[in-house]
Amino acid sequence: MIDMSAALEIITRSSPGMVRTNNEDSVLANAPAGFVVLADGMGGYNAGEVASGMATALLGCELEQAFQQAPAWRREEGRSRACAVLEREVAKANGAIFQAAQSQPQYAGMGTTLVAAVFHDNRLAVAHLGDSRLYRNRGTDFIQVTRDHSLLQEQIDSGLISAEDARHAEHRNLVTRALGVEPEAATEIHEYEVKQGDIYLLCSDGLNDMVDDDDIAMTLQLLAVNLDLCATQLIQMANDNGGRDNVSVILVKIKHEFPARDGWISRFSAWFAK
Amino acid sequence: MAKLILSMDGLVLKEISLTKERTTIGRKPHNDIQIDNLAISGEHAVIVTILNDSFLEDLGSTNGTCVNGQQVSKHFLQNGDVIELGKYRLKYVNEVPQQAGAGDFEKTMILRPDMLRKAAEPVLDRPAAPDIAPPPAPAPAAPAAPAPSTPTAEATGLPLGAIQILNGANAGRSLELVKTLTTLGKPGVQVAVISRRPQGYFITHVEGSSFPVLNGKSLDAQAHPLSSHDIIELAGVKMEFFLKG
Repeated sequence: MIDMSAALEIITRSSPGMVRTNNEDSVLANAPAGFVVLADGMGGYNAGEVASGMATALLGCELEQAFQQAPAWRREEGRSRACAVLEREVAKANGAIFQAAQSQPQYAGMGTTLVAAVFHDNRLAVAHLGDSRLYRNRGTDFIQVTRDHSLLQEQIDSGLISAEDARHAEHRNLVTRALGVEPEAATEIHEYEVKQGDIYLLCSDGLNDMVDDDDIAMTLQLLAVNLDLCATQLIQMANDNGGRDNVSVILVKIKHEFPARDGWISRFSAWFAK
Repeated sequence: MAKLILSMDGLVLKEISLTKERTTIGRKPHNDIQIDNLAISGEHAVIVTILNDSFLEDLGSTNGTCVNGQQVSKHFLQNGDVIELGKYRLKYVNEVPQQAGAGDFEKTMILRPDMLRKAAEPVLDRPAAPDIAPPPAPAPAAPAAPAPSTPTAEATGLPLGAIQILNGANAGRSLELVKTLTTLGKPGVQVAVISRRPQGYFITHVEGSSFPVLNGKSLDAQAHPLSSHDIIELAGVKMEFFLKG
């Protein structure tokens, strides 16, 4: 397995916020294997924590194993193995959480949002469900890569409400997809190219509900050289603005490019070996 | 979150948050709330908490359990109820978020997908999308915004801070610290950031082998609050921080 820790700088941070006593968010990073997972759990009592904790623990374990067996850049079913593995493992985690929610009365109705990113071969595969986000900062260009699976986003998309009204909408917390609430997960997976110097931000809605995208962008751009401080600053801004929800961030900086070590010849042969 | 305030003779002894599904009360040490008094049974009562609701149940105690002066065996607790066990009192406090709804709307909830499917199941569902898709266009405008009535630095009446450069080629120039973050120094050599927070301005080291010097003393990696007329030295440049008006 290619060790990705030299190419990626990763910081994870999570805070319960200023209002809640428990933290239903869960974050996980595996720099050597090149993947990160963030989940924002929901459901009564501690069930939210259980769901998000299961999501990160299961994916953390299964993704590492899968990429040890074969590298993420290989082709599989007409796409990268990273995408195929993500889809498979997210589906498995979904099944496990759904089962737990069905069989344990105290976990009934639990679920979690998910955003998971796998870095391989100068690319990034992103799987997401719900309203936890992945943003990318490239130079001065800051964009939201994932599109929320939320009622609000669907209403914006269909033109029912304007983005301006959405700022004051009351139902911003309703997600339309989640992990562990249905027997099958409708995971959205895409792959993007990665450039040196990019900073990727994965966050729970506790950040983007409390802090303007402009302020998030400014923080990533001004504090890019000190990722640790950058994470601290993001959490602090959310808490300074009220911190009404748990807030979690994962920052990934691309220190240098990471093409799959094997050249095109071995890829070509790998293609034949399938 | 609901909590109990334990008191005796009007003296508050402690506060207990009802975080567990079952909170037991009794004389024996294994209870969640142990009250070491002979008037209390070994296993005296239990409080079962489900979501925002708590139920009190007497576990067949010798001296019984009273709520607001009435003996109860089972009782649905309401904000302000006083549970009496011997000479001890447990006040049940469960402050429902004041602005109904507003308190709850931050909490992420699942909208069962089947409720929506016919309404607007979009064509977004494409796990078999081409490998390298261009990033979807950013949302029309960021739907994310700080919720209204968010206390910002501007709203808290914090006086505006500024810095004035004291030496070097730019001596005399000043800079208002309007933004949440302002970085100072030379990138790659030494950089510090001044953050504007509701409680005031803070300086933090960002990069460089040496730390900023504040009033003659070198700082560490932690954020440090700034007071008016503090002198900051950074990459050979001296500057004064001050609060306006």
